[in-house]
Order: sequence, then C-alpha cells, then structure tokens
Amino acid sequence: MITGSQKPINEIIKLVEPYKKVLILGCGTCVKTCFAGGEDEVAVLSSALRLSFKKMARAIKIEEQTIERQCENEFIQEAASGVAGTDAVLSLACGAGVQAMAKRFPKAVVLPGVNTTFIGIQESAGIFTEECSGCGNCGLATFGAVCPVTRCAKKLLNGPCGGSQKGCCEIDPDTPCAWHLIIERLTTLGQLDNLRTYIPPKNWNTSLSGGPRKLIREDHII
Amino acid sequence: MKTYSRLHAKLSQGKFVVTGECGPPRGANKAVIDKKIKLLNGYVDAVNVTDNQTAIVRMSSIAASAHLVAAGLEPVMQMVVRDRNRIAIQSDIMGAYSLGIKNILCLSGDHQKFGSQPDAMNVFDIDSVNLIRTIKDMRDIGRDMSGFELDVAPQMFIGAAANPFADPFEYRVIRLAKKIDAGADFIQTQCIYNVDRFKEWIRQANDQGLTENVYILGGVTPLRSAGMARYMKNKVAGMDIPEEIIQRMDGVDKKNQADEGIAICLETIEMLKEMTGVHGVHIMAIEWEDAVGRIVNQAGLQ
Repeated sequence: MITGSQKPINEIIKLVEPYKKVLILGCGTCVKTCFAGGEDEVAVLSSALRLSFKKMARAIKIEEQTIERQCENEFIQEAASGVAGTDAVLSLACGAGVQAMAKRFPKAVVLPGVNTTFIGIQESAGIFTEECSGCGNCGLATFGAVCPVTRCAKKLLNGPCGGSQKGCCEIDPDTPCAWHLIIERLTTLGQLDNLRTYIPPKNWNTSLSGGPRKLIREDHII
Repeated sequence: MKTYSRLHAKLSQGKFVVTGECGPPRGANKAVIDKKIKLLNGYVDAVNVTDNQTAIVRMSSIAASAHLVAAGLEPVMQMVVRDRNRIAIQSDIMGAYSLGIKNILCLSGDHQKFGSQPDAMNVFDIDSVNLIRTIKDMRDIGRDMSGFELDVAPQMFIGAAANPFADPFEYRVIRLAKKIDAGADFIQTQCIYNVDRFKEWIRQANDQGLTENVYILGGVTPLRSAGMARYMKNKVAGMDIPEEIIQRMDGVDKKNQADEGIAICLETIEMLKEMTGVHGVHIMAIEWEDAVGRIVNQAGLQ
C-alpha cells in the first residue's frame, strides 16, 4: 500500500486559513489503513480544526466526507457536490489522490493534508516499513525477495557495505541491514551463490530518473 | 609486466609498501595540503586523498590529488559513488588521469546522514563494485560505459576497500573475491584493532587463493587518546575496537596516551609485516600527519 502520515495541525491550519468553507476529504483505502486519512482521521482532524478556529475567533466552516479512493474517477465523482459548495478541499489522500482530485476539478483549490511517504507494509501493529520504490525493473528474484534498491540506504547491488554491523545498517541501529537480510534469506534458500555473480549497473530508465512514467494498456483502451 | 603507477611498480617488485592519508581542508586553502605534503613526503609510497569523507564538504579529492602530483607525491584518489552519477564519475576519472592521477580507490562513501549536510540527496547510481568494473573496462577495453571508444583511456591502478570487521563475517571474503573479480588490483582495509578477526579474514583469503591476485594493504590508525578510541568505537561506522585496546589506552596517563597509541600501531604493523598475504600498510593518521614519519621510522619501513 501507499503509506502517509498526516501533516502537523499547525501546518494544516496555515493551509486552510485563507478559506471560509473547507471540505476535509478522506480516502478509504491506503491512507485509511495507515491511520492518516480515513473516515476516523477526517472526523478527528475536523473537530480539531473547528476548535482551533473557534479559539482564534475565525468563522471557517469545515465539512467532512470520505470516499473509497481519491485516485479513481468512479469514486471521485461522489465528491462532486461537496467540492462544488466549498472554497477549498483539504485532501487526506496520498499525493496521487490530491492530483487526481485537481485533475477532475480543475477550478477547485485542492490542498494536501498528508505527507505521502512510501510503498510499504504494516509490519506489526502501528509499524509501517518501506519495501518497494517502484523502480520499474524488479530484481527481487536475485535477492531472495528483499529489495536492496529500497532497503539498502546506499542502493547497493553488490553489497553489503562496510557499515553493516550485527545485522544493522550504519545509518541507524533500528534499521535492519538489507544485505544482512538478503544473505540470511539466500542462505536459508540455498541460493547464496546468486551473490557471487557480478551485478552490473542498474538501468534506471524505468524509474523516475527516466522522467514521469506512464503505464499504457492497449488492450484496455476504448 | 605493465605497471600503472609507482605504487603498482613497488608492489610488483615485492616491496612492503606504505600509504598515508591526506584529508582535504574544509575550504579552498591550498596551504593546508602543502603542509600535509611536507609531513608525508619521503615517508610514504603514496597518499590517499579522501573524497568528502564522513559526508562533510571539503576541497575535492581530484583537486587535492592534483596538488600532490604537482609536489611530486603520488596520490591514491578516493572516489565515492554517493555524490556523482555514472556520467560525472566517468568524466571525473578521465579528468583525474589527465592531471596525472594514476591510483584510484573505489568506495561507496559514508551515508550523508552522518555529515554536515544531511538534507542532501544522495546518488548511488552505481555501487563501488560497479565503479571498479567501470574503471577496469575503461583501462583494459578502452571504452566508456556506453561502449564508446576513448581516444586516450585512463590507465589507473585500481583499489578497493575491505572491512574485515563488518558483518556478516562469513560473507566478507566472498565480497573481497567479488571486488577482485570486478577488477580491483589492490585493497586497503579498515583500521585494524581486532587483530584476531583480521588474522582469520586473511587466513580465509589466503586459503581461497585471493591474496595471489590482489595486493592487500592493512589499515592502521594511531589512537591519540582514550577518548578518541571510545569515540571511534561508538560513533564511527564499521569500526571494531576491542575493549582491551580501550583499557590499555585508559591505563596510561593522559599525556602519554598518544605514545601508547603509536605503540599499539607499531605492534600491529609488526604483525602485518610478518603476515602471508599482506603486502603493505595503510596509515590513516587522521589529522595527525606528523605522527606518520615517526611511525614509519620506528617500524623500519623506509
């Protein structure tokens, strides 16, 4: 899933302050799962904003709505009437959702209420970890399904570096060394020989380095 | 046999070589380089010039290396893959060779998180093993990474780092083999304080025949004080300083600690001189260049 975390309340206040009527729009998929922008977070944030503006003696009307996904037109449509009656939309979706809303409603002010962080998983209750950078050229088969491009702080393909100690990355003792994990996994799988082979420089053309990417499915184009 | 640099020639003649280290200044002051050149000249066979070490911005390793060349000292230009993509890397290698720089040490580089500008974006377009292969292909095939034939190809003596003290230990020799396969001609190791672990690493490398295909220079750093020892143990990535060493430094008066640090360093060098598979010593006297002459003299390395 895409993870994100809500922006600090003071930053959100600054973003919405210029407007008289604001729609707080939640997204019911990824950001709901990581507790950043689902229905519950919309309700809590709306209450907090109402209280803050009341204290500041500012008459800003806060509306609430959550749709299933802000990245798909089919669901975005459900927000049309809410958007029409407001000065600004504070989207609690990921960056893709915010931009999808702005594309669908070209005249609406759409503001981000969430910092989008990464493609990851919920490793344990409340702990989310980054697993994939969407490089467009998956090499997980070589690395025992542990991604060095994402999980090694130096993106080493022929790792580990000299900073790997006791299974931890040099940048932070709480960050596991991806290469330690790769070696452990490949040892378990009896595939450690994968690592004897030189891995040539990666072709980053399929990643963001090649410019903004587009996925075209001819068979689905009507 | 063709030799690529004076350092290479000495190693191929079987000399136990000494390399030193020169950290460029945090500024454009050439006088700092000149001073370090004076302290090292005549004592070492070559001098490593660090490349924004610990991710702190300094004078470039290429420029500082060129100053060494001009002064008649042979640099080992360090290059990290943290700050440049493959385009800049190849370009800098060509430029460095044109300035008379003939040794290069290929490194990943300390993560910028440790440095003075942790907000920076890192590059890591290629890794240090890819860098080794890139320089080898330029030298031996005469082509850049795109396959373009170079009119004059850089002919450099290629070095790589090894840290026998990092984990997982069993993998360290495999990684050494990988660097040799990629094209490393010589290896400079992380500072040796844990002698037992170094011995075990070199034993494995000898058993696998690796030390016949590469020159290994054992790294040493004289400790200046017990405080420095503790700082390095706790704060410097990939450093392994056994408790006995810390206690030994603690056991002498503050004013004698630097002498004790040099004594430890000399003992390590004595051990390295006797060790099969070790071809030299790399003395990293960090901001203590005036200790190098004394160490070299007392170790009988001249």
